[in-house]
Amino acid sequence: MKDLRLLALKKSPWVFHVAAASCNNCDIEILDALTPRFDVERFGIVLVGSPRHADALLVTGVINRKSLPRVLKVYEETPKPCLVIAIGTCACDTHMFKNSYNVVGPFDKYLPVDVYIPGCPPKPEAIILGVVKALQKL
Amino acid sequence: MSNYLKFLLEFLIFPGLVFVAIIGLLLSWLDRKISARLQWRVGPPWYQCFADIIKLFGKETIIPQGRKLIFLLAPIVSAISVILISVLLYNANFYPQCSFLGDIILVIYLLALPPLMTILGASASKNPLSSVGASREMTLYFAYELPFVIVTILLIMKAHGSIRLFELINYQKTHGAYLYSISGVITFIIYLFTMQAKLGYVPFDIAEAEQEIMAGVYTEYSGFALAMFKLTKAMLLFVFPMFIITLVWGGINSISTLWKFAIIFILTVLVKNTNPRVRIDQALKFFWLGMTPLAILGLILGLYKL
Repeated sequence: MKDLRLLALKKSPWVFHVAAASCNNCDIEILDALTPRFDVERFGIVLVGSPRHADALLVTGVINRKSLPRVLKVYEETPKPCLVIAIGTCACDTHMFKNSYNVVGPFDKYLPVDVYIPGCPPKPEAIILGVVKALQKL
Repeated sequence: MSNYLKFLLEFLIFPGLVFVAIIGLLLSWLDRKISARLQWRVGPPWYQCFADIIKLFGKETIIPQGRKLIFLLAPIVSAISVILISVLLYNANFYPQCSFLGDIILVIYLLALPPLMTILGASASKNPLSSVGASREMTLYFAYELPFVIVTILLIMKAHGSIRLFELINYQKTHGAYLYSISGVITFIIYLFTMQAKLGYVPFDIAEAEQEIMAGVYTEYSGFALAMFKLTKAMLLFVFPMFIITLVWGGINSISTLWKFAIIFILTVLVKNTNPRVRIDQALKFFWLGMTPLAILGLILGLYKL
C-alpha cells in the first residue's frame, strides 16, 4: 500500500512555484521548463495554482527577513509529504548576497531542502534533471 | 433484500463507481493526450490520471477553519450524484421496468448537484479566492441552467409530455432520434455548451481561472477531497455525453453509441483547445442573450413538430 502511494507520488509530482525575492531569472527558467518545448507533462509534472495541491515547492531567490515568514507559511500550507527544491545558486547558498544586511542565510537553515539545483540561472534541462533525480531518490 | 443488493452492486461496481471511475479517468487522460498533441508535444502516459488520484488519496487532507463538515461532505456528495446518474441512465436504457415516473427530473437535479456542491464547499472554506470562484461558479450555473432546462422541456413536450427516461428513448425508437430535426440540432448544440460549462472546460473555466484566482473554487482543497472533485469531473466527462446520447441521439443500444460518443468527446476537446477563456459577463451574455432565445426558438419549432 505504501509502495503504491510512493509510486503514484513519483509519477505525478505537482509543483508550486515560490518566488522568494529573486532577480526573476530563475523564475523565467522555470517557466521555460514548463513550456511545450520541454513538455514536463511526460513525467506527470503539472504547475498548480495553490500550495494545497502541491507535492513539490520550487523555491527561488535569496531568502531575506521579509520573505522568510511567507515562505515558511507556504511550506506549512502544503500537504505532506512534499519535496522542497531550491533552484538557483541564491536559493542554495545565498550566492553574492552572503554578507547583506537583510539576508538571513540559505534555505536549508529553515526548511528541509531535498534537491539543490545550482546555476545563475540554471538551464531548464538542469531543472528537469534535478526533479527527476529527486524522484528517483524517493 | 435482493433488490437492495442489486442496487448496491450497480452503485459500486458495474454502471457505478468502479466502472465510471475507470472509464472517466481513461477519458480524461485521452483529453490531456489530445490537448498535448494539439500543442505539438508528447503528453502524459496512459496511467497518468490514475496516478494523480491515487497520489491525492495518499496525501494529507488539510481542513481549513470554517464549516468543516460541509467542506468534507461537498466533494463526496457531488461524486455520488454523478454515480447515481450513471446508474439511472443504465437502467433506463437496458432495464425499462426500472425506469420510474419522473426520473428525468431526478437526473436534472442530480446534474445540478456537482456545481452546487462546488459552491458550498468553496464557501465553507472561508478563503477569499475561493469565494470569488464560488460567486463566478454560481453566475455560470444560473447562466447555463436556463437554456438547458428549456431544451429539456422541449424534449419532454415532444414525447407527449412523458417524464420517464424510458418513454423518451422509446419515442426515439419509433419516430427516429430527436437529433435529426431542427429543434433536435438546437438541443444538441445547447447540451454541448452546457457540458463544456459544467465540466469547467476552457471557454468557461472562469470559476477556477488559474491565472487570476489561483485555483478558484478548489484553492483550499487537498488530499482525498480534491481527489473526489477530480473524480467527479472525470466521471462527468463520461456520464454527460451518455446523457446527451440517451436524450437526443436515440439512446444507448448498439455499437453505434461508440462513434456518437467519440464525436461528442472530440468536439468538446477541440472547443477546449481552440478557445480563450471568456469573462463571466461574456459567459452570462452568451448563455442568456445567445443560447436562451435559441432554446425558445427550438421550443416553438418543436410545437410544430419540426
